[in-house]
Amino acid sequence: MNSSRILTRLASPRTGGLLALAILIALLPLALPNRYFYDVAILVGLNAIVCVGLNLLIGYAGQISLGHAGFFGLGAYGSAILATRYGWPPLAALLATTVAVALLAFIVGRPILRLKGHYLAMATLGLGIIIFMVLTTEDKFTGGPDGISVVPFRIGAFALQGEHIWYWVVGVLLLLAVWLALNLIESPTGRALRALHSSEVGAEVVGINAAEHKLMVFVISAVFASVAGSLGAHYSGFVTPSKAAFLHSIELVTMVVFGGLASTYGAVVGAAVLTTLPQLLTSFEDYEMMVFGALMIGTMVFLPRGVVPSIARLLASRRKAVPDDKADGK
Amino acid sequence: MSLLRVDGLEKKFGGVNAVEELSFEIRPGAVFSIIGPNGAGKTTLLNLLTGVYKPSAGRIEFDGHDLTGRAPHEYARHGIARTFQNLQIFFNMSALENVMVGRYMQERCGLMAALLHSPRLARAERACREDAAELMRYVGLQDYLSAASDAMPYGALKRLEIARALATRPKLMLLDEPAAGLNPTEVLELDDLIGKLTGRGVTVVLVEHNMRLVMGVSDHILVLDYGRKLAEGPAQAVRNDPRVIEAYLGSSATHDGSFGDAVAKAVAVGVEMHR
Repeated sequence: MNSSRILTRLASPRTGGLLALAILIALLPLALPNRYFYDVAILVGLNAIVCVGLNLLIGYAGQISLGHAGFFGLGAYGSAILATRYGWPPLAALLATTVAVALLAFIVGRPILRLKGHYLAMATLGLGIIIFMVLTTEDKFTGGPDGISVVPFRIGAFALQGEHIWYWVVGVLLLLAVWLALNLIESPTGRALRALHSSEVGAEVVGINAAEHKLMVFVISAVFASVAGSLGAHYSGFVTPSKAAFLHSIELVTMVVFGGLASTYGAVVGAAVLTTLPQLLTSFEDYEMMVFGALMIGTMVFLPRGVVPSIARLLASRRKAVPDDKADGK
Repeated sequence: MSLLRVDGLEKKFGGVNAVEELSFEIRPGAVFSIIGPNGAGKTTLLNLLTGVYKPSAGRIEFDGHDLTGRAPHEYARHGIARTFQNLQIFFNMSALENVMVGRYMQERCGLMAALLHSPRLARAERACREDAAELMRYVGLQDYLSAASDAMPYGALKRLEIARALATRPKLMLLDEPAAGLNPTEVLELDDLIGKLTGRGVTVVLVEHNMRLVMGVSDHILVLDYGRKLAEGPAQAVRNDPRVIEAYLGSSATHDGSFGDAVAKAVAVGVEMHR
């Protein structure tokens, strides 16, 4: 009886899932033979942080954004410009950039989030394009299309350099991001977000200010993207506007949908699969993108809810087939 | 003393007056029914009374506060809850979570507390879960405590909306056609449930076509036709009002079947009562 309670606790997303993710991150280096693999793992981690935030907006609150690469790019360039051009301490540059991006998301989000569905998609797309254009054309600050180099991240005398250190930094931050997202979703605020996704009027009449909640989750997701952007800039030592481009926004949304909407672990899985898959498919050479596209179409046809929710559902229905399901139902 | 006061309320959609020059008061503790043919403006009125629609003119005062033109969540905060004729269930959540959402106003917490899952929040969540389960039992949904909302039958979903609305701890509860689509046994249970609500001190506004239910539970009835008040008064008086009966019988041929049916039932009930 007691052991079954521990088991259900372990099967819960917040305790068990987080533990599993922590173990995975801790053990993964054993399977990473060289720097190149570390590099891919770090990219996965950074994308996963963005996707966990974006999934709060798209998956849980049901509000689309096709401009989140813009926030990622702003985070990257904000840190790059403040730390490299103006010599700010990188941590201060990161924090100041994050606050500025949050403020921008707050100001722009207010009018944009009144729109719904396709119209919201158009507006966020426009926002992303404007950010991309500004980063490309303001070459006095941003270096234009050629990009800008970025100083290493350092706190005091300690510099974060090398794939090994960055792996652990990104790994811990990903765990933190997942933990925050799971906490939010399990709170009254998270329920409010899921409620307004399903029925805005239904949420309003129980006292939920839908506009305020949409704005809040928009800002949170922008902050996740911005922080990942800042870290990515310091890690790679170089930023180009392509980080803020429309294609990157689409990639991020695709990762969220592929992994499974309204599933925090789905966002992580989506980021992991779609970041590593192109690397694995390089052996197909010219046909790489065709195979990639075919795999994506196949996944969405056979796992329409995305990878994680579809598999979870499959396992749940298997379990239900076993007759003792009523035993602990109440 | 009135709980809700409506004064000169109007709602226009383009050139159509869905609600026109409507004034009435609702006293606390009563069951106040709104009846009328399809298209009479009943649901429009409920949408006005919960802020879902903004009135074109007039004033809505609830519990001493002028709520005219406010957002729906502000109406909810002042103690008005409702159910919907076309259900507004959160189908992406379990039944229990639907009711827990109803507890939002008591549960809401700061963003930091939510993100960090503060111990106080964890305790409040447990209490919220228990409260929601209690409310589900109260409306007769004890069999659905661990059900997904999209796996529940229609009648149970209607109760789930009532439980969710009750979770907001309302002073006034608006029920939009709660009996529609229910079988006779379920209607009887609904009758009981409405009685229990008033017993809890919740004032009930009932929009309903099922005349047997309306005549059975109402203290006060407002009759709407073409967005205007046709008659209003204690249930007994409205039932016997020759204008109402005449208007209903006179117009029933032009209204659709369900209402003609309802009128026939109403008259039958009236005749029954006269004996």
